[in-house]
Amino acid sequence: MAQFTFWDILRNLLLATQWTILLSLLAFIGGGAVGLLVCAARITRHRAVTWAARLYIELLQGTPLLMQLFLCFFGLSLLGLDVPPLVAAALALTLYTSAFLGEIWRGCVEAIPKGQWEASASLALSWPEQMRYVILPQALRIAVPPTVGFAVQVVKGTALASIIGFVELTKAGTMINNATFESFLVYGLVALLYFALCFPLSLLSRRLERRLNVARTA
Amino acid sequence: MSLVRLDGVEKRFGALQVLKGIDLKIESGQVVAIIGRSGSGKSTLLRCINGLETHDDGRITVDGRVVGEDAKALRDLRQSVGMMFQQFNLFPHLSAGRNVMLAPMVVKHTSEREAEGLARDCLAQVGLAEKFGAYPEQLSGGQQQRVAIARALAMQPKIILCDEITSALDPELVGEVLKVVKDLAERGMTLIMVTHEMGFAREVADLLVFMHQGRVHEAGPPAQLFDAPQTAELRQFLGAVL
Repeated sequence: MAQFTFWDILRNLLLATQWTILLSLLAFIGGGAVGLLVCAARITRHRAVTWAARLYIELLQGTPLLMQLFLCFFGLSLLGLDVPPLVAAALALTLYTSAFLGEIWRGCVEAIPKGQWEASASLALSWPEQMRYVILPQALRIAVPPTVGFAVQVVKGTALASIIGFVELTKAGTMINNATFESFLVYGLVALLYFALCFPLSLLSRRLERRLNVARTA
Repeated sequence: MSLVRLDGVEKRFGALQVLKGIDLKIESGQVVAIIGRSGSGKSTLLRCINGLETHDDGRITVDGRVVGEDAKALRDLRQSVGMMFQQFNLFPHLSAGRNVMLAPMVVKHTSEREAEGLARDCLAQVGLAEKFGAYPEQLSGGQQQRVAIARALAMQPKIILCDEITSALDPELVGEVLKVVKDLAERGMTLIMVTHEMGFAREVADLLVFMHQGRVHEAGPPAQLFDAPQTAELRQFLGAVL
């Protein structure tokens, strides 16, 4: 059996970290885009659309991410679609992220006081104009910290993709552990690498919170 | 023809009937003060006039337009009806000047330069020319309410509705806002205001409306109502507030 030095282990984990970053980005960008639609569907006044969006959110928030991954991976192959693990994982994480971001953003829109709607309506603005010039600029400010905060959850959530065989950080750690039996060292490094990804996001969230003066405008 | 006319206006919130048949005629240039206990329906009445609340029965016409539920028609109507609120409701993410510029630019497609000139004029009218760049949170309550007046004026309305605009202010700030409202009244603006400032109502209003349990209980010149109230309810109300 080949011998792994510390640097071999670290190098391989760092290579796998790239995939964790890629998967996180895909999930966050995809989830953000779909999340915008979910948020829009939740705040429109069309009953059926709102109801469908709620069902979507409840289903995705009320089931484990792991099951969603399984369903995307095995379910799609049942339909005859041969999806690589990266695609299945990105899809599942996109759905999961969209449900949470959509709901976070809806909350931000609804946190804007009713008086803002009334004042802008009294000035003869239409609904899209009220949204564009009055509501969204304020909602965006309060949305930044929880959105960045949720990005941390997404990064950690990518670890589950290891179970469907996608070689990201956690999967790479498991494989290296199986070859070296240095469990503590390997998983310790894996944990540190996740921390190295998430901690800057947390810092960013806190800085943005202060910069945007959320406490004052909320 | 009256500028604002209400005929048999009724409004229900679920089982609660808030307005029970309101008839009212308001002429151009008139200043109308609506008084009454909280819950008597005076704010609801005001909000029905620009369609912030829909009414269930009866008919409201403003400047010849019938107030209905069609969104486009409501927007047209609101261009000539300004409104001010107890909590000011300035847009906190915009400077005072931008608060005033927003509606002219978005609704009337006024150019930015023109809108800026207009905003400076309107802010000067309320004595806040130097606060163009200040954000609402940097202003006192009285200043915020005056910016709200400027914001309404920038749309060149024919009527301004005032919903208890001094009730959220510290007592020493009430005067500066009332002074601006009085200026407007003297320049012939049609004002309909729900107010608890009895002295101001008496001094400035042409028509005083006392609302009680969803009805116009008594209406007439302020001096007449204050000095010789005809009903026990108005006497009791005045006894409690004066």
